[in-house]
Formats: sequence, C-alpha cells, structure tokens
Amino acid sequence: MIEARGLTKRYGRTVAVNALSFTVQPGRVTGFLGPNGAGKSTTMRMILGLDRPSAGEVRIGGRRYMELKEPLREVGALLEAKWVHPNRSARAHLRWMAASNRIAAKRVDEVLDAVGLTAVAGRRAGSYSLGMAQRLGIAVALLGDPGVLLFDEPVNGLDPEGILWIRQFMHRLADEGRTVFVSSHLLSEMALTAQDLVVIGRGRLIAQTSTKSFIESAADSSVRVRGPELARLHSVLAGQGLAVQELPATEDTPATLVVRGSSTEAVGELAGAVGLVLHELTESRGSLEQAFIQMTGGEVEYQAGGGAAPASSGLAVPAGAQAPFAPPGPVPAGAPGFPPPGAVPPPGAVPPPGGGSGPAATRETASRGGQEGTQ
Amino acid sequence: MTLMTVERIKLFSTRSPWWCMIITVALTVGLTAIFSAATKPDDLSDLTPAVTQFAYNFGLVVMMVMAALTVTTEYRFGTIRSTFLAVPGRTQALLAKTAVVAGLAGIVGEITAVGSWAIAKAIRPDAPLALDTGQEFRNVFGVGLIYLLAAVFAIGLALLIRHTAGAIVVMLVYLFLAESLLPAIPRIGPHIQDWMPFIVGNNFVVAGQLDTGDGPPVIEGLPFGPWGSLLYFAAVCFGLLALGLISAKRRDA
Repeated sequence: MIEARGLTKRYGRTVAVNALSFTVQPGRVTGFLGPNGAGKSTTMRMILGLDRPSAGEVRIGGRRYMELKEPLREVGALLEAKWVHPNRSARAHLRWMAASNRIAAKRVDEVLDAVGLTAVAGRRAGSYSLGMAQRLGIAVALLGDPGVLLFDEPVNGLDPEGILWIRQFMHRLADEGRTVFVSSHLLSEMALTAQDLVVIGRGRLIAQTSTKSFIESAADSSVRVRGPELARLHSVLAGQGLAVQELPATEDTPATLVVRGSSTEAVGELAGAVGLVLHELTESRGSLEQAFIQMTGGEVEYQAGGGAAPASSGLAVPAGAQAPFAPPGPVPAGAPGFPPPGAVPPPGAVPPPGGGSGPAATRETASRGGQEGTQ
Repeated sequence: MTLMTVERIKLFSTRSPWWCMIITVALTVGLTAIFSAATKPDDLSDLTPAVTQFAYNFGLVVMMVMAALTVTTEYRFGTIRSTFLAVPGRTQALLAKTAVVAGLAGIVGEITAVGSWAIAKAIRPDAPLALDTGQEFRNVFGVGLIYLLAAVFAIGLALLIRHTAGAIVVMLVYLFLAESLLPAIPRIGPHIQDWMPFIVGNNFVVAGQLDTGDGPPVIEGLPFGPWGSLLYFAAVCFGLLALGLISAKRRDA
C-alpha cells in the first residue's frame, strides 16, 4: 500500500506537485493518469526517495523509502528503462542490483527468464531495442520479488505485442496480491489496464476513483444522426423530449444532429416510424479521453482564470465534477477530424466562468483535445 | 562489504576502467623506459629512484579521470538512481564507491611506481637505483598513496559537478594551470602556491630530494615535511569528498 499525504514539490517558483494525497491499494492495478508534465514522474520519484518532497510525505506500507532496509525486496520500480550503463550487460546490471540487497544470484536468471531476455543477457544493454530495455527494467523491478511495484509509462514506445504482454503482466502481479501503481498519459491504455485511477493535472489531484465510475461520471454517450431532411428529423426527435443539438455543416462534414441520453436503436426507430431517410447513425461513446479532457480542461481554466488560486488538497472528485463542461464531444475522441484550435466552438458550449479568460481557456481545451485525440 | 562488492561489480563490468588502468601503467612505465634508455652514460649517476617517478603525474591524471567517470557516468546514464533505489543510504553507497575506486587507484599507482623503478633498473643496472633510505622508499612507494588520495579528490569533484565534461575540464584546468600558474601573481602568488593540495601532495613524494630537473618538480620551503604534506593533502581530498557527499544527499538524484 502506498499513501501520499500533502505531497508537494517546488522547483523555484514552479509547483510541480501540489498537495497531492492519495492511496494505492494492494491487489489491484492502480493507474496514475495525467497529461505530460502533470507531475507523474516527479511523484513517482518522491515515492522512491529519489527526489525530496518540498512538503508532505509518502509512505510505503507505513514506512518511508529511506527507512527500508533492503528496498528492492519490498518495492520494485521501473522509472526509466534506460537507467542502465550502455556498456554493461543486462546480466551484470542485474547482478550488482541483486548483490546490493543480498538477493541470491540465481534470482537474476529467474527474472531474466521471466521477461524473456535469457538469450541476450550477455549483450551490452546499450544495444537493446526499447522493448528489450523495457523488459530489462521490469526484470530489475521484479528482482527482489517485491510486494509493491511502480511503473512509469511502461508501454511508451512498445509495439502492440509488448503492450499486451505488459498489461497481462501487471494484472498477474495484482492478482498475486501485490500493489501495482502504473503511470501513463495513454488514457485508453489505462482503461484496459487499471481498475483504480489516480488522476492528476498540473500537479493537483483531480480524482481518485475506480476506472469504471470515472468514465461514467465524466463522459456521457451521445448519438450522431444525419439525413437529408435534417429540420424534420430535429423536430421529430425534439418532439419526443430528447436533447437534440444541431451541428452546422463544415467543410469536411455535413450538418449533423447530436442526441444526448438516447441510443441508436431509439433514434433509428423514431426516424423509421415517420419514414425519414438516415445517412448516418452512430453512437459516440464516452471515453476516458473525453472524461479526462473535461476534467483537466476544468483544471486548465481554473489555472488560467484563477491566477492566485488557493491551494486546496481536497480537490477530489467533486471538484472535477463541478468543473465547467468543456465543449461537448460531438466527435468521438481519437477521430482525426477534430476541429483545429481556434475553430468555431461547437454551439452549446458553455462559456466557462471567469470573463475575459474564457475564450482562451476554451481554445486551450480544444487544442488539448486535438493532441490527445491523435495519440 | 556488500556495498563494496556492488561497486566492484559495477566498476569491472564496463571496459573504460580497464583502458584507464592499462593506459596509466603503459604511459608511466613506458616513459620511464624511454627516459632510462636515453640517459647518457655520463649522467647515469642522476638516475635515482626519485627520477624514475618523473612520469607519475601523467598516470595520475588518467586515474583521476577514471575516478571522476565512475561518478559522472552514473549520473549520465541514470544508474545513480538505480543505485539509490537499491541503497537509499546515499552516503554509504558513495563511500563504498570511493573505497573501491580509490583503492584501485592506489594499487595501480603502486604498480606504476614499482614498474617504473623496476624497468629503469632493468635497463640501467648500473644506475644508483637501490632502495635503501626512507626517502627513497617514499620516492617510489609514496606514489601509490598520492594516486589513492587524488582519486578521492576526483570523486568529490565529480559529485559536485556531475557532468563528465565539466568535471574533467575543471580537474585538468586546475591541475595543469591553476596550481602551476599561481607564482605568476606577484609577491603573494608563490606563497599561495605553497598551500595548493597537489603541490603539497607531491612534496610527500619528493621532499628532501635535490631538484635535478629530471624527477618530479621539487619546490623548496613548503610549510610541511613529507608526512605533514601527506596529511594536508589527505585532508583537502577528504574535505572535497565530504562536500560532494553532502551535495549528493541534499540534491535530487
């Protein structure tokens, strides 16, 4: 179990991590989610005693990392796969790590075997591909058979096979009762990997919740529907009490209706009952990306409009839920046709509070949406 | 002991220490061999044990570079973080590293010293190379102690600077320019130079020796005798190491 209380890290006047409190439970994979630069790695380094917190503390099983006698036996970490001397062989690297914590030398061969590096263990680590280096990093983390495991962006740069392997690996570790804490900015990956989420943005806690309820609470599903007689379709659907929103035509897409709180079945049957032709009927489901952008979008606005925002450590789920609704996602996250920054905001976008800073903040949210969407 | 085993594995599982050691020995012993062979028969009486050590500073610099590299490459490649993850007590880990690296530098220093003396004796059996007096023993065996302490100095410096290029440039500029150019400052320069650590450290090896112009430089009138010089040099080296250890403990890895 990992417990962070009021964890803060300042670099000069920049606050990288701001009064972060969270708990990571054993027996589950907990995702640590945030955009690049949100403070994930800094937090991981503070957990491991590499960086000294400016305030607050973090404990692993009730003790600080510095107090662990043979830490590799209790905590395994993969922070960066390339933390290996390029001219040292993988086996030599593991051998000195093992010796430092009095771990039996035969364990080196066991972990090499577990990650599938036995055949290349004698080669210089510098000659490894990223996938192999990542496997070596995992071998290091497993060396002391620890009960707590931390992985920082473990799937970065891996091919699909490697991603699948790591995902299954982490589930297996959690099933064995270990605490598994894994950071990522790849939200879709987290949706598949993690059961719990700790979400941060700009060094603050945005949410600590289960992955399922995070998506449910933040992202709703909608139906896109389009046909030649759009106005009639609009009135038919609105006449049934559905929340319908019309997106005007753009260069790439014709005018479309977005229906909230309904299903493709219901919309299709309504249209069929009055004999309307449909050209498109798609469900755009709430995704982790949308949930995330909504929540961190609120955080961006908070920062931009707030200026001297008061520090608050209790900024958990409610704060995220209260965050002004970012432009509703008419386009499924990840779709290539997301409007570029500066495009006309979709109608119905609630202007964020805070007056003058509003448009800028909206743009930033939109541009962020574009970035996340392409990943 | 565990930590020293760790540092030993780390040191010998890359190639650069081996190269540094080979270069050190080859450079000093080789130069002494050339020097001995080139000495005119008339000057043979000047080929004393102290003179056989004239090249020790070349090897010393290589060993100091090796010692600095053992620290800066760890920062360069991030293995220092692996080290601190495995051993959160940073001071212990770095002291173990210092012990292993400086110990090795000391051994290599003795090998170069004895090797240089032996090759001179082999090439010129007639030269007055017998080791009889304490001073002559110091002339030869003292070199290893200087290597050991200089490695401690280099590790301390590297812990403060952390970057390979920066640490090595500062070290070389200091060794080759700062200490030897000080006398250029009128009046006070030579007096300051008398307190410079490597000048004083060298005094441990050469004290009492007549400056023939052949051996390591002899500066007269230093504040300490040979053993006092060694203690002073050791104090400076370990002082710098202490600063480096404090820095490593305080700063984020």
